[in-house]
Amino acid sequence: MAEQDWKTNRRVFAAVSLPTLFWIIVFFVVPMAIVWLYSFGENKGLTEIDISGTLDNYKRATEWLYVTIFGKSFAVAALVTLICLIVGFPVAMAITFAGEKWRPWLLLGIMLPFWTNLLVRTYALMILLGSQGYANKGLGALWEGTSWVKTLVGLQPLPTWEPVQLLFNNFAVVFGLVYVHLPFMVLPLYAALDRLDRSLIEASLDLGAGHFRTIMRIVVPLAAPGIVAGVMITLIPALGAYLTPDLMGGTDSQMIANVIERQFKKANDWPFGAALSFLLIYAMFALIAIQSMRRKVPEVG
Amino acid sequence: MTETARPIIQIQNVSKRFGKVTAVDNVSLDINAGEFFVLLGPSGCGKTTLLRMIAGFELPTEGRILIDGQDMAGIPPNKRPVNMVFQSYAVFPHMSVADNVAYGLKIAGVKGGEVKDRVAEALELVKLGGFETRMPDQMSGGQRQRVALARSLVMRPKVLLLDEPLSALDAKLRAQMQFELSELQEKVGITFVTVTHDQDEALSMACRIGVINKGEVAQLATPSDLYEYPANRFVADFVGSVNIFEGKLTLDEPDKAAVDCPGLGKVYLNHGVTGPHGADVWVALRPEKIYLHVPGEGKAVKAAAQDAPDGYNFARGKIKGMSYLGDITLFEIELETGARIRVSRPNLSRHDQEDFTWDDKVSMHWRADSPVVLLG
Repeated sequence: MAEQDWKTNRRVFAAVSLPTLFWIIVFFVVPMAIVWLYSFGENKGLTEIDISGTLDNYKRATEWLYVTIFGKSFAVAALVTLICLIVGFPVAMAITFAGEKWRPWLLLGIMLPFWTNLLVRTYALMILLGSQGYANKGLGALWEGTSWVKTLVGLQPLPTWEPVQLLFNNFAVVFGLVYVHLPFMVLPLYAALDRLDRSLIEASLDLGAGHFRTIMRIVVPLAAPGIVAGVMITLIPALGAYLTPDLMGGTDSQMIANVIERQFKKANDWPFGAALSFLLIYAMFALIAIQSMRRKVPEVG
Repeated sequence: MTETARPIIQIQNVSKRFGKVTAVDNVSLDINAGEFFVLLGPSGCGKTTLLRMIAGFELPTEGRILIDGQDMAGIPPNKRPVNMVFQSYAVFPHMSVADNVAYGLKIAGVKGGEVKDRVAEALELVKLGGFETRMPDQMSGGQRQRVALARSLVMRPKVLLLDEPLSALDAKLRAQMQFELSELQEKVGITFVTVTHDQDEALSMACRIGVINKGEVAQLATPSDLYEYPANRFVADFVGSVNIFEGKLTLDEPDKAAVDCPGLGKVYLNHGVTGPHGADVWVALRPEKIYLHVPGEGKAVKAAAQDAPDGYNFARGKIKGMSYLGDITLFEIELETGARIRVSRPNLSRHDQEDFTWDDKVSMHWRADSPVVLLG
């Protein structure tokens, strides 16, 4: 009915969109604009910031120290994304081709971590990976077992088990980030694979291709939109990761978000923190721009 | 049909069960080399499952399938000498037409130059020459189907399987593709096995038709035999339009028979039925085999119907419904017994449809060799 069509009725449209618009402007656009302005300012005293239009903060951000941290953040995020893709693709395939009965449960298994607070999950992982954690205990038991078998067959026993350092290093950061971001990769991959017409796979098999070749030449290219979506949705939050490197990283594993946090809190240098923040945001914008400029992949199905 | 019927596909006592559901129930049939075989049946009758078992996408629960004498048990789809054209065509959307057609050849290790020649040849065969660089999303449904055909034919399979090949096309294109598929099959000489629920499609294309009902073969016959000599009520009713009347066999001799139908009256035949005397049988009579007359033509009608040795096939009724279909007019007639019968009448002249109208009293006759007596 015409009078119920809110798209053509401007007042209704305004009434519907106003709260959202208000929310976005007051809680997103305005604060971001303030931070953006701060990035062109300088500290005058403890709490006073003079927005003088200086570019010194950006100049300082190009110092070698910060460039390396940016670079490292990219490298870590890229590695995390790659591992998520390699681990996530078979998982997504398994869910797609699982029986009707199993699929909701498997998806639930992927989603379940979302229902738990990130901090709780991170601490849980730390308990697992600690020097007295289950990972080390398990490895220790294997070590002792091997040693025992060796003595059993008359060989020298292995030296005493020294717990492996699994926490507070770069490994822990990558491990923790993969753990946190894997669902972000699996879900878009699953969505893409689920849309895939099964008869395309059967056609490939019918024409003589084996399973591996069918996956590489048919499934992966047709899941490309899902792969791109998964990569973006993993790479961008991983790039801005703060909690995981803060809690699980060592002194040398800080990422750009940790540096930004330090500027706002410990160093009390808001203008520089703001400049770093916006550089990170620009980098993310650039990624999204590159992605949307890619040649459109033909629609599946 | 080939002169020497050599079976290329032998389906032997094949059953397929999905849990408690029996999709295919102890089917045995041979498909001959070089023939155009059609599996015809209503949706859910198991015909597609049967086709997918030949292709290797489903495994028989019982029984075995032989292709060219070789047992297919344990042989995966990519190792079978058959290729399939899928209902959705399954043309790879990210590859050009040429890449689609070359896909199987490259996997088979055919050399580059030969691939190009064979792709061009296959595309020419399906009248898609010059479309090599097109992407599937730039093509119509009919063209995509030709790509799927070329992609399978280029592999030179022993058998080409087609799953409802024409169901997604509009009526005009479907009729055209029916002819083209038959032509193509004759040209390449490959055995075609097609699944369809459309009886027109089956009748027009097939050398032989296997009618499948509830997972079993209801009848295996040539198109004309299927239509003119249906083996049972299911086939008579599923293939074409038919009037079926229940009756009792009262006379059955080598050269004549009679069935007493409460609905239609006494039906005389000029051949024997070889059924038990007094048995419950069904008489099937096609609408186009009934002649319609205006009242007053009675004597001529009786004379025309005198071919039955023991009486003549004659009935009277009143027109209760008419549908003018252009080439024919379909009449629904209420007989004097109260039963209804459908009669079709060709419009041989431009004014034939004016001969009758609603509530007209009419008489009918049919030849003594027209009714089919069905025992089941």
